[in-house]
Amino acid sequence: MATTVLTPTTLRAPATARRAARQDPALVRNGLIVVGLCFLGLFLILPLAAVFANALSAGCAAYWAAIRQPDALSAVRLTLLAALIAVPLNLVFGLAASWCMARFDFAGKELLLTLIDIPFTVSPVISGMIFVLLFGAQGLFGDWLLNHNIKIVFAAPGIILATVFVTFPFVTRELIPTMLALGSDEEQAALTLGASGWRTFFRITLPNIKWSLLYGVILCNARAMGEFGAVSVVSGHIRGLTNTMPLYVEILYNDYQFAPAFAIASLLAMLALVTLVAKSIVEWKSERDLAASAAGAGDNR
Amino acid sequence: MNIEAREITKTFGSFVALDRVSLRVEAGELVALLGPSGSGKTTLLRIVAGLEFPDSGSVLFDGQDTTERSAQDRGVGFVFQHYALFRHMSVYDNVAFGLTVKRRRERLPEAKIKARVHELLNLVQLDWLASHYPSQLSGGQRQRVALARALAVEPRVLLLDEPFGALDAKVRQELRRWLRRLHDEIHVTSIFVTHDQEEALEVADRVVVMNGGKIEQEGSPDDVYHEPANAFVYNFLGNINLFHARVENGKAYISEPVNGKPIPSNGDRLAYVRPHLMNIGREPQQPNPLPVRVMHINSAGPLVKVELATERGDRIQAQISHERYQELLLREDDDVFVSPRDVKVF
Repeated sequence: MATTVLTPTTLRAPATARRAARQDPALVRNGLIVVGLCFLGLFLILPLAAVFANALSAGCAAYWAAIRQPDALSAVRLTLLAALIAVPLNLVFGLAASWCMARFDFAGKELLLTLIDIPFTVSPVISGMIFVLLFGAQGLFGDWLLNHNIKIVFAAPGIILATVFVTFPFVTRELIPTMLALGSDEEQAALTLGASGWRTFFRITLPNIKWSLLYGVILCNARAMGEFGAVSVVSGHIRGLTNTMPLYVEILYNDYQFAPAFAIASLLAMLALVTLVAKSIVEWKSERDLAASAAGAGDNR
Repeated sequence: MNIEAREITKTFGSFVALDRVSLRVEAGELVALLGPSGSGKTTLLRIVAGLEFPDSGSVLFDGQDTTERSAQDRGVGFVFQHYALFRHMSVYDNVAFGLTVKRRRERLPEAKIKARVHELLNLVQLDWLASHYPSQLSGGQRQRVALARALAVEPRVLLLDEPFGALDAKVRQELRRWLRRLHDEIHVTSIFVTHDQEEALEVADRVVVMNGGKIEQEGSPDDVYHEPANAFVYNFLGNINLFHARVENGKAYISEPVNGKPIPSNGDRLAYVRPHLMNIGREPQQPNPLPVRVMHINSAGPLVKVELATERGDRIQAQISHERYQELLLREDDDVFVSPRDVKVF
C-alpha cells in the first residue's frame, strides 16, 4: 500500500472547495440573517415591547387600577365566558367532523370540507353581519325573538355565537391530516379484539391524536379570546355588558385613555405569550412521539 | 369451528371485488387465499372478520349466520399486514388489550390476565420484550406480538391479511415455518391471505386460488401445483413459457413461442411450459426440438437460468441444473435446441 504525505496546502485546498460547495458566500448568509432579524425585531418584538412600555407608562399603580376597573373586569369575564363555551363546543364539533372526514367516504365530502373552511375564508366582519341579519331586530328571526323576549344580537349570546363560528375550523383542520396519517388499522384491530366503539375511541384513537387535538384547542382558544371583527359587529359596544377585551381596548384607545388601553392590551399580549409557550411544548412533545413511532415504522427487520 | 361463505358479492363503486364467491373452511384447517392484487382475497377475509359487509350472500360460523354481527362480537383474531400494534402501549398492554376490554362479568381477574399474557408471549418467544414499545421492535417481532394479541382472546378463527408481506425475504421464510408449527400446536381454524405462491404452497393445508373476484381453483398445495384447473392457476403458480401448439392423439406438439397477446387460430392451442421443464441440447432431440440461440446465462442460484431466443427473436426462459450446464459447456451466442419435457395445454 502506498502512503501519501499530505502537505498543508494540499489539505487546505480541497477543504475550502468542499465548504464552497456546501455553503453560500458569507455576504449572502450574513445578509439574509440580518434581514431576518430586522424583520423579526421590527414587526414582532418591538410592538410587543411597546405594548408593555405604554401599559406601564403611568406607573404600576395606574396599571393595576386600569385592570381593576369594573368595566375592564366585565370585559375580561365576557371574553373568558365566550372562550369557555366556544372552545369545548368546537372541540366536540371538530372531533366529530374530522372523524367523519378521515374515516368515511361519502358523496359531498369535498363540499363539507369547504363548508368547514368558510370561517377561515370569510372576513370576520361578514361573519358578524350574518348573525345580525339572522337574529337582529330587522333580521330573519327578529320578530320571533322579540316576541319571545330573547336577546341574541347586542348581547352575550350573539358574541358567543360569533366566537363559535369564527373558531370553528381550528380543531378540525389540525385533526384531519393526523387522523389520515394514522389510518384506521389500529381502530379495526381494537374492534376485532372485542372493544366497543367508545372504548376504541378513548383507548386507541384519543391517545394517538391527543397532541394534534391539544394544538388545535390552543389555537382555537387564542382566536376565541382575540377575535375582534365578528364580535365587534354583534356586540353593540355596551360598556360593562357586551364588551370583550379586544373591544374594550378599542373603546379606551378611542377615548384617548392610552395607558389603560395598553394595560388591557398587555393582558391579551400575555395570553399570546402563554399560547406560544404552550404551543411550543405541544409541538415538541408530539414531534418526539412522532419520531419514536416513525423510527419503528421505517424498519422492518 | 368451520366457516362458510355463501354466494358473497361485494362491489366498490363500479369495481366488483367479489362475484358470488362460496368457500368452506373446515374446523382446524389452515387455508391460504392466494391471488394477485385486486383478486378479492383481502375483501373476502375482511368480510369473514366483519370489517367489511357483503352486498349479498352470507357468512356462517359453525352453520350459524353471522353476516349481520359486528367485528366486535364475532370472536375472530385478525392479524394485519402492517401489524396495527397500538403504538402508545407496551407489548404487554397490546397483548392484554383484548382481555381488559371484555365486559366486567366476562373479564378474567388481573392475576389471570397477567399469567395469560406471559403465556402467550412465551408462545411467540417474546416474553423478554414485554415492557418494550412497538417502535423498539423489528418487523418480525412486531408481527409475532400482533399474533399473540389476536390469540389472547381465544378466537374461534384466526384471520391473517398478508401477515408476512411487509417483512424481508429471510424473515418471511422463518416466520412462515414458525406459523405452520404454531398452527400444528394450537389447531385454530385459520385463513391467511397472500400473493406469494411459494408461501401459500408451503404453509397451507389447502390453497384457494382467486382471480378477478372469483375462485379459480381450490385444493391441496400438491393438487393446485400439479393439476392446475386452468391456465391462470398454472401461470400464477410459477414462471411459464407460452407456445402455439397442436394436439394430436393426446400429444401436444409445440411450434413457435407466443409473443404479446396470444391469439389461437386455425385449431392452434396454447401450450404452457415451466422454465425448469425445458431441455437444452446441442443436437436436436425428440419430441419437436426448437432451434434457438443462447442470449443470457445467470448461474447464480440453485438452477442456471438461461435466456434463449428463436430466429424470429421470441424469448424463451429455461432453467437447467448446474451439472447439465457443465456438461453442455454453454456459452452466450451458442446455437442449441430446446424441447419441453412436460407441456400443459388448456
